[in-house]
Amino acid sequence: MIKTDKLDKIHKDLLKGREYIGVHQIDGPIIIIRNTHQVGYRELVECIDQNRQVRLGMVLDTSKTAVAVQVFEGTSGLTLPGTRMRFKGEPLMIPVDVSMLGRVFNGLGNPIDGGPPPISAIEKDVNGLPVNPTAREYPRDFIQTGISVIDAMNTLIRGQKLPIFSGNGLPHNQLAAQIARQATLRGEKTDFAVVFAALGIKHDIARYFIDSFESSGVLDKVALFLSLADDPSIERIITPRTALTLAEHLAYDCGKHVLVIMTDMSNYCESLREISTIRGEIPSRKGYPGYLYSDLAELYERSGMIKGCSGSITQLPILTMPNDDISHPIPDLTGYITEGQIVFDRDMNSRGIYPPVAGLPSLSRLMKDGIGEDMTRIDHPHLASQLFASYSYVKDVRNLASVIGDEELTALDKQYMEFGDEFERRFVNQRNDENRDIEESLDIAWQCLSILPPEELTRITEDELDEHYGR
Amino acid sequence: MEERSIGLVKRVNGPVIEADGITDGMMMELVRVSEARLIGEIIKLSGNNAIIQVYEDTTGVAPGDIIYGSGLPLSVELGPGLIGTIYDGIQRPLEKLAEISGSHIKRGIQSPSIDREKLWNYTPAINDGDFISPGTVLGTVQESDRILHKILCPPDLSGTVNSVLNPGSYTVDTVIAKINDGSTVKDLTMIHRWPIRKPRPVASRIPLRIPLITGQRVIDTLFPLAKGGTVAIPGGFGTGKTMTQHAIAKWCDADIIVYIGCGERGNEMTDVLNEFPKLVDPRTGSSLMERTLLIANTSNMPVSAREASIYTGVTLAEYYRDQGYHVAVMADSTSRWAEALRELSGRMEEMPAEEGFPAYLPTRIAEFYERAGFMKTLNEEEGSVTLIGAVSPPGGDFSEPVTQHTKRFVRCFWGLDRHLANARHYPAISWLESYSEYLDEVSPWWAERAGDNWFRNRSRIMELLQREIKLQQVVKLVGPDALPDSQRFVIEICTLFKNAFLQQSAFDKNDCYSTVEKQLRMMDIILKYAELGENSIRKGTTLVNLRRIKVLQDIVKMKLTVPNDDLSLLDRIEARLERSIEKL
Repeated sequence: MIKTDKLDKIHKDLLKGREYIGVHQIDGPIIIIRNTHQVGYRELVECIDQNRQVRLGMVLDTSKTAVAVQVFEGTSGLTLPGTRMRFKGEPLMIPVDVSMLGRVFNGLGNPIDGGPPPISAIEKDVNGLPVNPTAREYPRDFIQTGISVIDAMNTLIRGQKLPIFSGNGLPHNQLAAQIARQATLRGEKTDFAVVFAALGIKHDIARYFIDSFESSGVLDKVALFLSLADDPSIERIITPRTALTLAEHLAYDCGKHVLVIMTDMSNYCESLREISTIRGEIPSRKGYPGYLYSDLAELYERSGMIKGCSGSITQLPILTMPNDDISHPIPDLTGYITEGQIVFDRDMNSRGIYPPVAGLPSLSRLMKDGIGEDMTRIDHPHLASQLFASYSYVKDVRNLASVIGDEELTALDKQYMEFGDEFERRFVNQRNDENRDIEESLDIAWQCLSILPPEELTRITEDELDEHYGR
Repeated sequence: MEERSIGLVKRVNGPVIEADGITDGMMMELVRVSEARLIGEIIKLSGNNAIIQVYEDTTGVAPGDIIYGSGLPLSVELGPGLIGTIYDGIQRPLEKLAEISGSHIKRGIQSPSIDREKLWNYTPAINDGDFISPGTVLGTVQESDRILHKILCPPDLSGTVNSVLNPGSYTVDTVIAKINDGSTVKDLTMIHRWPIRKPRPVASRIPLRIPLITGQRVIDTLFPLAKGGTVAIPGGFGTGKTMTQHAIAKWCDADIIVYIGCGERGNEMTDVLNEFPKLVDPRTGSSLMERTLLIANTSNMPVSAREASIYTGVTLAEYYRDQGYHVAVMADSTSRWAEALRELSGRMEEMPAEEGFPAYLPTRIAEFYERAGFMKTLNEEEGSVTLIGAVSPPGGDFSEPVTQHTKRFVRCFWGLDRHLANARHYPAISWLESYSEYLDEVSPWWAERAGDNWFRNRSRIMELLQREIKLQQVVKLVGPDALPDSQRFVIEICTLFKNAFLQQSAFDKNDCYSTVEKQLRMMDIILKYAELGENSIRKGTTLVNLRRIKVLQDIVKMKLTVPNDDLSLLDRIEARLERSIEKL
């Protein structure tokens, strides 16, 4: 048996790089080619057009009779007889190196800033490998973002994946840029390397991020992977994978703390749906493929910390909820994978509150282990829980007030209304260059809560009330 | 059986492989694909074609690659050494895999499920010449502080004992007995294999009668679960499915916990791995890890292994049940398993039914939940498997197929409510949508401990909660001032009950679980306030005055201030409550 194995291997090695002239079908980004040798699943393909331009592709489906290849750089201009396909016999690999920080690449990892291609001895498979759960280090280091509503109520932890659920026209880019600028670990002089993946966003938004990184002087610590709105949509499928491959190298091989910003994940999902539809797959919800969950998980789970590695990957994916609908498959499946979410609220935005973070649906799952004594402040956990409870009651009172009018509310309910306004205006609202430390954020929260009578604060202990209430 | 070549790959489409030239493959046979030796399973045979689902990433597999058959169905290894181990969906020990391939799981790596090197202190329980039948205890091994592992005669074997191993320290592979089954002599070791898709046989089912005490007040008091029962916990993301599952895994009074992380987050499993060894089981004083088996097939691990992980977990649970233990299985989440079915079904180009799910989804769900039960084992002992399945409905909408079909086959339903979760009221189990059909079955158990109190108190509080909902609807239209004090007092009581009783903090040392006694006393006190308060309002006291009683603050916080092992403080609170209301 061993003998056949070896023959098989030699046979496969010999066929590496074999080229075919002419293909049989081109449908959108997918090329079908018949009568090839035995091509491996997910193998890298170079697709060469008449002008000798090389485009990269990947095998999606392989059988004895036909092979389906998706071409990342689009198929426009290709002809059936004139296209050459070269099968590389290995998956898509990109070179990774720490010198890639400060550079700009396209979705496939080729430089587009005019510089030379990165030189590195290390090439990595962009698909990555699943992390063994026993090798993970549980993230518990508090990242101070300087934004009250995040630090106090939806704490970001180093190694967490915390998406921003936004909508069109909401200031998610400002918030992401502000987090990238201000994120620090307390008592430690760390700076984050930033890997930025642009998925189908507009040129001026990419520009905004670059300018923002430049003005805060961190541009040399940022690697940008740009697949903009006018690039072929299929390229977006590979862009986050390329970006994360570099992030993994920086974190686990070079020991850096990496912040990965991916925007906009909705565009990624759209591309996935496009491919799926062309292939005639059975759709699940809203035409998205049944494997959308697994596919997104492959990306989001490439974050965290690993035992014995000093680095970490913190993910900050941004997605715009189609029609502001949080139950749409994209935000819904994302929420099931990520460790919490920061949800934007259009109503708060139109009332001029920045960041317009909706208090109640936002959540950080890793918060419980990163806050409290020795990490932030001893009263933090109870205070956060109380803010959620009281703010949730404010929503009920507001609903009531909209039916019966403010005048008819009880005295207590009026206090709640006042608390709600103060909470939104003073605690949530801040300037987009305002960097509050955690003590300041917690103190403002206490000032807001002190509007309510102490017996309403059922989630806070007597000692904490004595120390902070009304101060 | 020797590994043999059974055919060649014809087509690769994700985790689904079509093969042709199949000579003697059998349904559900475990196979290995290509020279990378990827693990797979035959799920369809037609003519000389077969469809194989592969449990690892299929990158690089090409048509013409050889498929090797193992001659065995996909099975798990059963024997001492399972407890405290973390496995992937096809029972590969993840810690061993990390030793082999480092922090990331490479493809095609193998390691025996049960440690072959470890020595166990073995005590035989049979003698030469004994006749043994399926389920007979051959000997015992102290597997962990609290679990005595009984080595069982495999369910498909019986005969006369020829030779027995003396007590001593042995590895699991040591022959512990030779059995003559009439025609041949067979060697028995401490481990045997069992196919994961086939329920292990039992003597009979016993009616359920004992509650599974979880220490979570809303569950034990309002919606109790029976040992051997089934329950679904549906909830949108962020409503606390995993937190609820973790809390039950930590504090419930089962002997063994099997925790299946099926297509969920990697860090959640790491959390369990970090936290459980440090936590002490209040009933036995030993570490919680001493009773826990973990199966982790996180969302980024191959999708077909996710499909298998549920069956792997329940088979391990059945094995401990057969030794006479009460096992609780947490499956988090069954929706991911259903989605794995859908994905594989889609790749096989089967005709979909609802929302792309295959038409056999309800059958599969039913088969899974039917593996729960309170059983008389083949060895005439009693053991149970309780299944607690989380469901993650898309968009939090309970009308989707997985939730709906699961509801048909479980008898207890703990619906998680988005509104409660938003207010950080955990566990966010909704008292409106949830139900338990085990109420009648477990009532006698409670009656033995608390007389009629439990059932009466529960009915009373459910009635109050129902009335409150009606009243709240009125309040929403006209404001609370329009209601008379007696009705506002009902709202008041329910608010108190929610804050003081239903809401429970998983992180507080006193509140993370409540003993049965504490739960009963807390109910008593709250209902006493309801009763005395009602009388007092009838006599003319105003609600404002009633609200001002200082002791109310103590009642709200009694869950935090009163430790489980000293309930005397509750008596004092009750006495103060009586005095304060009298004074009004």
